[in-house]
Amino acid sequence: MKLARKDLLGLEGVAREEIELILNTAGTFKEVLQRKIPKVPTLRGKTAVNLFFEASTRTRVSFELAEKRLSADSVSIAKAMSSAEKGETLLDTVRNLQAMKIDFLIIRHPASGAPHFLASRLDAAVINAGDGAHEHPTQGLLDLFTVRERFGSFEGLRIVIVGDVLHSRVARSNVFGLRTVGARVTLCGPRTFLPKGIEALGVEIETDVDRAIEGADVVMVLRIQKERQDGCFLPTLREYAVLFGINRKRADRLKPGCLIMHPGPINRGVEIEPEVADGPRSVILDQVTNGVAVRMAVIYLLSGGEVEHGVVG
Amino acid sequence: MAWLVKGARLLDPARGIDRTGDLLIDGGKIARIGGEIRADGEPETIDAKGCVLAPAFVDMHVHLREPGREDAETIESGTRAAAAGGFGAVACMPNTDPPLDSQGAIRFVLERAEEAGPVRVLPIGCITAGRRGERLAEIGDLVRAGAAAISDDGSWVESPLLMRRALEYARMFDIPVVTHAEDKRLSAGGVMHEGEMSLRLGLRGIPAESEVVAIERDVRLADLAGGRLHVAHVSTAEGVAVVRRAKERGLPVTAETAPHYLAQTDRCLAGYDTNRKMNPPLRTAADRDALREAVADGAIDAIATDHAPHPLHEKEVEFDAAPFGVVGLETALAVLLTYLVRAGHLPLPRLVECMTSAPARILGLDLPGLAEGRDASLVLFDPDGSWVVDPSRFESISRNTPFAGERLFGEIKALFLGPRRIVPRPKSGGGFLFPDEEAK
Repeated sequence: MKLARKDLLGLEGVAREEIELILNTAGTFKEVLQRKIPKVPTLRGKTAVNLFFEASTRTRVSFELAEKRLSADSVSIAKAMSSAEKGETLLDTVRNLQAMKIDFLIIRHPASGAPHFLASRLDAAVINAGDGAHEHPTQGLLDLFTVRERFGSFEGLRIVIVGDVLHSRVARSNVFGLRTVGARVTLCGPRTFLPKGIEALGVEIETDVDRAIEGADVVMVLRIQKERQDGCFLPTLREYAVLFGINRKRADRLKPGCLIMHPGPINRGVEIEPEVADGPRSVILDQVTNGVAVRMAVIYLLSGGEVEHGVVG
Repeated sequence: MAWLVKGARLLDPARGIDRTGDLLIDGGKIARIGGEIRADGEPETIDAKGCVLAPAFVDMHVHLREPGREDAETIESGTRAAAAGGFGAVACMPNTDPPLDSQGAIRFVLERAEEAGPVRVLPIGCITAGRRGERLAEIGDLVRAGAAAISDDGSWVESPLLMRRALEYARMFDIPVVTHAEDKRLSAGGVMHEGEMSLRLGLRGIPAESEVVAIERDVRLADLAGGRLHVAHVSTAEGVAVVRRAKERGLPVTAETAPHYLAQTDRCLAGYDTNRKMNPPLRTAADRDALREAVADGAIDAIATDHAPHPLHEKEVEFDAAPFGVVGLETALAVLLTYLVRAGHLPLPRLVECMTSAPARILGLDLPGLAEGRDASLVLFDPDGSWVVDPSRFESISRNTPFAGERLFGEIKALFLGPRRIVPRPKSGGGFLFPDEEAK
């Protein structure tokens, strides 16, 4: 089976079979990563460019490693070192990259829709590594992979996402992905962070975090950006921690087997207490490990790779 | 030069005219209107069977960008675009650089328009000096120089006290105060309508209420001040409801909407097309339907394009970074015929009213139209002729239309303005001919 799309811009509209194909392929790559030489020659001669207009450690390194483990040539550009600093438009920057014959463009950008803007104008496969408050599809996929790895399936699972849903691309990608594979999703956070009408995405809303997490199978904790503490969205981070922070007391009441996830980077003591982030329920570092395998799968499948013959040809 | 238009549907709703017949233009004036005219001399005969002959359209809300942004539009290119769209007169907004807040600026626009061609340009002056919302502009001077109305379009006059005074002061000149009703403290940073689509697309929303509360406040101030208020580009169902209630109370409030709000909705933004980014933004289907109803029943008086040209390179960017605004002069009639008249939402006579007598009344113009002895200001169009919107063929310098590639119905056949006739080639067959200029 092949992935019949040029780009991966978001999980909205990605079919269940496609998600399963990516997760299965990622499973194979995860085995590769555990070998003595965790590298395959699959994408020899292909070129990937990682263009990051926002700060990122985890996602950028994860993509870079995924590319290297697939034997693709890869280049990473951060905004501070790009000609955008000289006033070049995004389109011109990318046209120049295209003129150097690239196969993959991995882009992170503060403007929602920036990857869509480029995808319709470029031959290269575009992978959205996070656009504004829109989507972060590979994060969503690695979260799904991590959940499925623990539970085997999504059947009957109830997943709670706690935090700033309004500004979160991670929340959107998870909502779209999780709803597609059949999980129940509850969104929890201050009302100012829960956009009006979000129920239309097929989710439940709960502003009382204790009620929300009761009986949940997974609690995904979102990062609260410090700049939201402007007195308009939130009175103070302290109050957020009191009302919504996942602390030991709350973690202790979770049902056995409940996972705690976080896309990082963590604000310890705000949305999650350090003991919980590092505790036995936490799979935060598994998420990071799985990120490389999932991104290898996405790049491989977008390059036209098939899985019947075994991934690692 | 004389022209005999034969067998057209003669349509001038403000004068109660709607019948098939002939019309003779001689020496720049409407010489005769009749069932069948046999003219003396040898006028050029135009077979207009199946076509509509109506008063030339009036667009009470355009941006001509001159002075300041001649790379986006000039008075010349903008009036050519107007002619191509069947407009005989356009009112241009003062958010130029410098803004039209002085006699000199108003006179400059009128002079440039005179040089540019036969389309009449009605400059709208600023409400406040420099559009800064701090103190009144010299409104009396603006009116004496030729301003037809005042507006800080692009910005709301945030101070309720200043707006009250503007409405009071403008009463002396019997001009409308045109409000850009948007409380930016509520729409702050928004780039599209706030709703399910903005949520899905991760774009910051502009709630309908940022328009509704602003209209509501201005209506109440118009009541207090007794001045004439005109609400520009109404985009929401609730905004319509506020205007409707004001009219029911007998307040001197009028309103316009734009063709794109009557045709498209926020769902059209799924691909982040910056040529569909404008302010106010495309709203929901329920808003669009309420606007259609309001245009039909008169709660909204006029349709104006809010023609807002921007150069390609400014629109070919990320959605957040693109400027607001779309061009509309060259597609207005066809969009409205296609989406409203042909779809059964609006009778053609009412559409013609919205594009002729309604804006003319608001701006205090003589009613253009089909009356013997008047200067010719007429548009001839084929309501069934279809064409595909190709922005590269626009007369406008800019190409930022939300209708690119669409097949629309309604072709302008000729525009008669005084002694001049502007004859377009078919829209899908390449640019426009301006015979008078060719003759030069």
